Order: sequence, then structure tokens, then C-alpha cells
Amino acid sequence: MTAHAPDHAAGAAHVHVVPAPVLLAVWGALMALTVLTVAATWVDLGAMNLVLALAIATVKAALVVLYFMHMRYDRPFHAIVFVGSLAFVALFVILALLDTAAYRPEMIPDYAPAIKGR
Amino acid sequence: MSHTPPHGEAHDPHLAHHFPDATTQFEAGKLGMWIFLATEILLFGGLFCAYAVYRANHPEIFMYAHQFLDKVLGGINTAVLIISSLTMAWAVRAAQLGHQRALTRLLAATIAMGFVFLGIKYVEYEHKWKEGLLPGTHFNYPLPEVPAAAPPVAADPAPVGVPAGDASTIAPAARGPAGLADPAAARPPAPPVVPRNVQIFFGIYFTMTGLHGLHVIAGMITLMWILRRARRGEFGPRYFTPVDLAGLYWHLVDLIWIYLFPLLYLIH
Repeated sequence: MTAHAPDHAAGAAHVHVVPAPVLLAVWGALMALTVLTVAATWVDLGAMNLVLALAIATVKAALVVLYFMHMRYDRPFHAIVFVGSLAFVALFVILALLDTAAYRPEMIPDYAPAIKGR
Repeated sequence: MSHTPPHGEAHDPHLAHHFPDATTQFEAGKLGMWIFLATEILLFGGLFCAYAVYRANHPEIFMYAHQFLDKVLGGINTAVLIISSLTMAWAVRAAQLGHQRALTRLLAATIAMGFVFLGIKYVEYEHKWKEGLLPGTHFNYPLPEVPAAAPPVAADPAPVGVPAGDASTIAPAARGPAGLADPAAARPPAPPVVPRNVQIFFGIYFTMTGLHGLHVIAGMITLMWILRRARRGEFGPRYFTPVDLAGLYWHLVDLIWIYLFPLLYLIH
């Protein structure tokens, strides 16, 4: 179902109006996923708990971006800008973590530099 | 034409003269907003990077310290922001369809949700302030059984093959910073119930949620301005760009919280 702004007279921008049922369905999915991510902490999955929490958060973020932020109906170039910024954040975090992992053997467990003045 | 332009001019009063038509103007504004949102993601990206590095190095601090956060309040705030995102998206829809009363009500509801979020955040911050769960040197929560005074340990055995008298007083390089650090600190009692340096978590918590909170305030100020203009009837199917762009900003604030909630409150 596609609704359009009723006024297409000269001067009006042609844009997509998100149907109300879609907005409500996305909202319901976001609330359900929030409950799911809280419930997931009651189950011990080891390292997978973090992966699952981030996966749920990413599904929620995708719903917000695609429907609430209209990216599904938007120009693809906006998606390139947005996903591009995410790619650079991922590059930043992954390289920093690779560096952290490289220094892991020299880490002293449970030791962080003491703070002066304590 | 289904309605007369407010100023009764021949051309659209909202169309700047350097744009050929409203669609081009709308798309230019939207592209600018998306580029701004990209810089916001990069700004928060630095904080997420700090989080990732500290958590990779000291998972025990995160496992322990997150218990001081209230999952119920954090969960309620997540729901509040998701509801506010719905009312915001619906406000854009109302503006596009020219539903003036719905537009002002939905904008007001979105701002109200922002106040609820900040109110709950205030309760959380006040609790941590009173308990002394603060970053860095301000951390003064009385943690139980902090292994402050490490048990006396025998001096490092001399490296094999080196006569005892010639042994270096600096620990082997494999121990890393231990070479120059307090040797007692280098050997914590295993396994510690309370990790050292819990304040690191609160430094990250307050920086990330604090910057996010500033964005909520900025979003609310923007929406109040949009609401003021909406009350004057400035927006409708022909012109709703400011509502749309303020909405994009508000959704981004929600987006960041969607990641902050599990990363800070729901550590398992």
C-alpha cells in the first residue's frame, strides 16, 4: 500500500507517506524486541549473550532507519551516506580491537593503572 | 490548486530562489541532514570504540559494575524513547497529510516523552551521585572486600641460568608494565570477587549517557521550535521539511540509545 501526499500541485515535493499500520507494526516490533533483549539476559549463552544483544539492537536500529526514518522509500544516496558512516565506525572499532588483542599477552589480568589521589 | 499559498504569491513562498523546484530543495535539505547524522554517528563511534577497548581489556569490571545500573529504569526509558519515535514518525505523517491538530499534538507528545526520559535519567544519576558511583577519583562507593592490600608475595625468582646476584630487579618483559609497576599490584589475588578500578565503568557510563542526554535536550529544543511553527500553521503537504529533518535527528537519538541500553545495562 502506497499513500502519497494529497497535494501534488505545482511546488509540492513528491514524497512517500508511511501508512499508519506500518508505523504501528514497526513500533510493536520494537517493543517486542526490547522485551526479548531483556529476557535474553536471563539465559546464559556465554559470549553469545553479547552477540545476541547486538544482533537484536541492530534489527531494532534497522527498523527505525528503514521505516521511521523513511530510508526504505528514500533516495539510495542517503543510505550510502548513512551506511558509509557505520562502515567507518566499524573500521575504527575493529582496528582498535585488533590492536588491543595484539597487546593481550602483555596484559596483567585484573590490573589497570591505579589512579593517583585515591 | 487545492489551497492558496499563505502570502498569495505566484511562486511557493517556501521555495528558495536558488532551487528549481520544491523536490530539489527538499532532497538537498535531506541530504544535508543525513550527512550531519553521519558526523553524529562518527562522534558516538569514538565513545563506542572506547567502550569496546575497555570491555575487551577488563570484562570483569563491566560484568561487576553494570549491576549498579537499574535495568527496570533503563528498560522503561528504552520504551519511552521508542514511543517518542512512533509519535515523531506519526507527526511527520500528519504534516505530510496536512492534519494540523494531530501534528501539534504528536509533536507535544514527543517532547513530553523527552521530559519523561530526562526525568528517569535524573533519578538514575542522582542515585549514583549519592552512592558515590562516579568516574575516576570521584568514585567513593564502599565496595566490599576490595583487595587493596595485596598479599605479600615472594620476589620474582631469578631468570633461569642467571646467577642470583646478577638477576635484574626489573621483571621479565613478558609481564609487561609490571617491570616498572608495583610488583604487588601485578599479582592480584585470584579470583577477585570485586574487580579493581570499577570507576572505569562509570567513566564510560556517564560519558556515553551524558552525551546522549545532551542530544535528547538538543532534540527537544529543536522540536519545541518546530511545535511553535506548527502552531502557526506553517507546515502542510506542500512544506514539511523542518518536521521531517527534526524527526530524523530525534530518531538518531533513539537509535543510539537502542545500542546503549544493552551495552551498559544488560551485560551478561
